[in-house]
Amino acid sequence: MKKIFLLLFYIYLPLISAQTKEDCLMCHDDPDFKGKVGTKTVSLYVNGKTFSSSVHGTLNCIACHTNIDAENIPHREEYTKVDCGKCHDDIQKLYVECLHGKAHAKGDPLAPNCQDCHGNHDILPVKDHNSAVAPMKIPFLCGRCHREGTPVQLQRHIPEDRILENYTESIHGEALLLKGLVVAPTCISCHSAHRILPHTDPRSTISRNNIAATCTQCHAEIETVHRKIIRGELWEKQSHVLPACVDCHQPHEIRKVYYDYGMADRDCLSCHDNPNIKSSVDGRSLFVNYSELKSSRHENIACSQCHSEVNVSKHRPCETILHKVDCTSCHAEIGVQYAKSTHGTLHANNDINAPTCEECHGTHGILGKLNPQSKTFATNIPSLCAKCHREGEKAAVRYNGPEKDIIKHYTESIHGKGLIKSGLTVTATCTDCHTAHMELPHDNPESSINPNNIAETCGKCHHGIEEQFVKSIHSPLISKTDKELPGCADCHSAHTIKRTDAEGFKLSIMDQCGRCHRKIAETYFDTYHGKVSQLGYTKTAKCYDCHGAHDILPPTDPNSRLSRQNVVNTCKTCHPSANKQFAGYLTHATHHDPVKYPILFWVFWGMTGLLIGTFFIAGMHTLLWLPRSLQWRKKLKELNNEEEDSGNESEGKTE
Amino acid sequence: MSLKQRYVLRFTRLNRILHILMIISFITLSLTGMTLKFSYTVWARFLSRLFGGFESAGYLHRFAATVMIIVFITHLVDLFRVKKKEFGSWLKMLSGKNSMLFNKKDWNDFKGSLKWFIGKGTRPEYGRWTYWEKFDYFAVFWGMFVIGSTGMTLWFPEFFTNFIPGWMINVATIIHSDEALLATGFIFTIHFFNTHLRPEKFPMDIVIFSGRVQLDEFRLDRPDEYNEMIGKGELEKNIVEQYPPIVLRGMKIFGWTALTIGFSIVIWIIYAMIFAYR
Repeated sequence: MKKIFLLLFYIYLPLISAQTKEDCLMCHDDPDFKGKVGTKTVSLYVNGKTFSSSVHGTLNCIACHTNIDAENIPHREEYTKVDCGKCHDDIQKLYVECLHGKAHAKGDPLAPNCQDCHGNHDILPVKDHNSAVAPMKIPFLCGRCHREGTPVQLQRHIPEDRILENYTESIHGEALLLKGLVVAPTCISCHSAHRILPHTDPRSTISRNNIAATCTQCHAEIETVHRKIIRGELWEKQSHVLPACVDCHQPHEIRKVYYDYGMADRDCLSCHDNPNIKSSVDGRSLFVNYSELKSSRHENIACSQCHSEVNVSKHRPCETILHKVDCTSCHAEIGVQYAKSTHGTLHANNDINAPTCEECHGTHGILGKLNPQSKTFATNIPSLCAKCHREGEKAAVRYNGPEKDIIKHYTESIHGKGLIKSGLTVTATCTDCHTAHMELPHDNPESSINPNNIAETCGKCHHGIEEQFVKSIHSPLISKTDKELPGCADCHSAHTIKRTDAEGFKLSIMDQCGRCHRKIAETYFDTYHGKVSQLGYTKTAKCYDCHGAHDILPPTDPNSRLSRQNVVNTCKTCHPSANKQFAGYLTHATHHDPVKYPILFWVFWGMTGLLIGTFFIAGMHTLLWLPRSLQWRKKLKELNNEEEDSGNESEGKTE
Repeated sequence: MSLKQRYVLRFTRLNRILHILMIISFITLSLTGMTLKFSYTVWARFLSRLFGGFESAGYLHRFAATVMIIVFITHLVDLFRVKKKEFGSWLKMLSGKNSMLFNKKDWNDFKGSLKWFIGKGTRPEYGRWTYWEKFDYFAVFWGMFVIGSTGMTLWFPEFFTNFIPGWMINVATIIHSDEALLATGFIFTIHFFNTHLRPEKFPMDIVIFSGRVQLDEFRLDRPDEYNEMIGKGELEKNIVEQYPPIVLRGMKIFGWTALTIGFSIVIWIIYAMIFAYR
């Protein structure tokens, strides 16, 4: 409003003042027109034509050149510079805060003012391609000072080098200068035109916190593109740990490709390449084996991408680092999982025992999990987890659950043998069941080993089994019950998983069924099948031989192995000539249940009665006999002795 | 020759051989059978391993059963032979003095025995077969019928279920098992005591193996039979030579082995019934 008011004022000024543009140009339009400013003789020529076609062409000279005494020559006692801020006060405000403005205020002769960039009488609209500040011209305009060899670059503290050259070669420069794409960003697109601030100033458009906003002016959808590694909102929320755009896409060198070499790596290595470098705080070595880093998974990542918060303008750029490396800036999804996990929760509570990324993955030498040298390669995982979870180690000591000797048992289990003895890298390791980053106790509903999730977890490898299981009566999808349903681990155990064709497993499985089906298991052991199993033999019908293992269905289900249609065939797997009546054998019969099995009950008690009766009568008879029998023994002995005596006598006589 | 050196023949050679076969098959049957019946005990597992697993234990069980059935049939055939040769008719044989059937004398002997036990009488004059021996004898018939028939059902369940419902297999199992328990229990306690371990016979009466009994012992033990023999003048006909000591020694070793196994089984059963019953 004010601007319009002023504009009108100056337009109508000629009506109230005698001094018009034409009046001034009468003298100043002469190319040879010179005058003295102070002691210097300077040209006072103003090209009237150029001025008239300039953006200020409708204005009178005195609109800018104030304090003029038109009647006298010289027009004024003292030379006063044109103050653009009279009209452009909003821009002037920005300029005053800006690096250029501040330097100017200090009297820095290298500091640019309005005219240095915009010109004076020949100022054209910004949109005009001939304007000094037209996009095509900006790089060179700024480059007048900001290129190698200029006094500004040499004498002033400018952290970046080869700015113009790099920009020209960058994708932005290429677009602008080679392709003539005037919407391509120029210097001012990132640095702003009038409020250029160092990146250390938090208000700066290129400060760490603002750079994303600056770049997203054009790359509006870039957060969607980067969502894979950086969830959009984190850029704003966690700008202190996330790498800024420029950490990966070096300023002025922005390329279509990700940079092979972080620009700052060399700077970091100037100190950290020294094997003796130590922390002044705790004395730990700060040596970085760069060749290790270069052969690691992060070979293409610059130091500062992980060690963010560096300030390149400092002698030690790292002195501004306040936080530890946060891997989640790139590995955001994993970070979310870790935060949920027991490890992550402990870490969040500052537990000293909590493992961090580094603990398992290492630091500069991180290798991919498919690399056999990696700490997280399948065959190395058990020993990696064992560092804490072996009996007696820090995690095992805190654990109060039912699992004991986890590492030892795992090693002896079918998975452990497959992995360690057979070297089968597809075998399940710790992380296959517990997940790598979101391991949670089994009672957590989100846990991969929660009873409701375990089938899916095992099914990652044992898919065919899972397909059967989810249709069975034991699946939580089928049986909606408050009672605890058995998951894979309830029968197969967690860490002592055996081959299912091993004797030990076959026998123990009956106990597993019996944990829930106690009555029916007990009665099973009253039958021939059960008794043979109890003796320790497996070549007899066990629970799963009749009921199935993973595909158990209630006998009322027509698809059940024990349904009316299928039961005889089930018997036939062992008893080839089984018939329908044969299938009527009571496989879970007990003679202890008079209600369910009255015939068996009474037969048993009839037989027991007979047994007790017989023993009672015969036993009484024997016991009563005993004393008489003893007497009789005496009597026989006496008789024997008499006989012997008489016998001896007669023998003596014959001799 | 004194009475001590004179021996009366009590059991025929065939009967003695049958009894030995009976002992072997019976002990085999009980050992192998008990492993299943008391499968929940440690000793059953051990025994089962000893027999080479439940399957070979099963083969042994059925083999021994076959032997026992053959013994039983042989005895029946022998009865026919004896009937024909010595008696001519069943009536004569079964109503004779040495019949295995219970008769009035057995009833009187039983009553007399009870009186004697409680000190109200003298020892009855037992004849050739006492009432408890006859009871043992018919127990075998009963056992052969009950255990044998149920055993066959369990041996061929697929065949038998063509005629009987499946649950009858369960019934057969109970009967077979409990009757077997009765048989083993009875043989290894009552029978052992009555015929081998009575104080006057202690520690072992090997008459069932040798078939020979000392004449003076015979005279006191079976006065009725002795008197009968004297009366008929048949004593001398039944006097036989004793076996040489080496043979007697072998019989004693066999007897002791059988006794030891029998008592072990009894102890195992008692242990299972009292300490591990389920």
